[in-house]
Amino acid sequence: MPGKTLPDAEQLLAALTEQMRASVGPDSGLIGIHTGGVWLAERLHAALGIAAPCGSLDVSFYRDDYEKIGLHRNVKSSSIPFDVEGRHLVLVDDVLYTGRTIRAAMNELFDYGRPASIRLAALVDRGGRELPIAAQFVGAVVELAPGQSIELTRESRGRLALVLHESDC
Amino acid sequence: MWLNPANPQLNRNGELHHLLTIEGLPAEILWQILDTAQSFVGVTQREVKKVPLLRGKAVFNLFFEPSTRTRTTFEIAAKRLSADVINLAINISSQTKGETVLDTVANLSAMQADMFVVRHAASGAPYLIARHVAPDIHVINAGDGRHAHPTQGLLDMFTIRHYKKEFSGLRVAIVGDVLHSRVARSQIHALATLGCPEIRVIGPKTLLPSHVENLGVHVYHDMRQGLKDVDVVMMLRLQNERMEGPLLPSAQEFYKYYGLTEEKLAAARPDAIVLHPGPMNRGVEIDSSVADGAQSVILPQVTFGIAIRMAVMSILAGN
Repeated sequence: MPGKTLPDAEQLLAALTEQMRASVGPDSGLIGIHTGGVWLAERLHAALGIAAPCGSLDVSFYRDDYEKIGLHRNVKSSSIPFDVEGRHLVLVDDVLYTGRTIRAAMNELFDYGRPASIRLAALVDRGGRELPIAAQFVGAVVELAPGQSIELTRESRGRLALVLHESDC
Repeated sequence: MWLNPANPQLNRNGELHHLLTIEGLPAEILWQILDTAQSFVGVTQREVKKVPLLRGKAVFNLFFEPSTRTRTTFEIAAKRLSADVINLAINISSQTKGETVLDTVANLSAMQADMFVVRHAASGAPYLIARHVAPDIHVINAGDGRHAHPTQGLLDMFTIRHYKKEFSGLRVAIVGDVLHSRVARSQIHALATLGCPEIRVIGPKTLLPSHVENLGVHVYHDMRQGLKDVDVVMMLRLQNERMEGPLLPSAQEFYKYYGLTEEKLAAARPDAIVLHPGPMNRGVEIDSSVADGAQSVILPQVTFGIAIRMAVMSILAGN
């Protein structure tokens, strides 16, 4: 199935961690977007020594395609175990594509309070943005055809890997 | 909109289009509702208790029979989904002027309704409405006659799962006026679908439906035997109009034999929980010391009811 070689997710995560180390202080709040973003945020949280526990968001209740495709089947609970008000936040996602998930995540975050700032960390930026959204921290830029998608997977021992999917449409 | 003739709640893809009864719904839809409600519990604990899913939608609460708790929790649920809510207590408006149910619904549909939440004293009224509304309108049964009260059954399941985690090892007793209870029917169907291995009903012969055992339940007429070693006690409301009818000698006598007191509850497991759909008749079906006691989860039921109704509305409106 994979027609091209994808970068190694663990190496990208290491690069992402180094980019963030200089400017993401221990007082920041780290929030992963379900599901891949939560795995990444947990790893970044440990590596960067962030004080507050890791947050997680499931943006299903804020998606702009609800009218078209309905509610997602497997909605997870969002959990922000720290005060958002006045805090510098970093949203973490595995693949940055149209930007619509990030738009939904920001809308949801503001229902918890008014953060001092929000930055975005993405393991892979695959282009194709439909909204004026950019990531401040990026593991790698990967060119993909519109019918292709990448998914982050996690093995039982916790090792992360990228998988390429081809759709026929 | 094509709806399954055998189960007119489901659309072509087997998804929920209306919620009319729990009977006949596949377990996966019940689990989906319970899991989605779990996520909404988190929303209702936030600073801003609203999500934008139903923004711009109009939800009509159509109550042909009085209700405070159910109507209010549907209203809160719809508002937390950002819908506009219109409450209609129809027993005191057009029905007294002679308008039929379908004319009422047709008029409200002309006001761009997206969803009807219906309570009616006649069993089957929500089905009638669901058959006649436009294909993009969703209908939720908020209690019809003696037939069904699916969101109450679902919030009871949510409450049981919250405290007991699994249904697979549970013994559950449903106590009181099963004969007239739409809640009991919804509970029995939900428990059976979710895999509860032992469902008991306890009540006097005059208040149990004949052949109730055909629903797969065990029948008891004695509280101490029926409650022995159960994990969950689900009390039913004894409706005032029954207390003076020929089915019961008196409310006092009912309390003596079937009222849940601490002494009778002692037959259940020590960690058993007690549910009641409300409104309670203290000193008739339940003693105050139990209703307000450590094993009572009656107020959490009300809170969970909002999350369940948010889940049902958001799943329906998206299908």
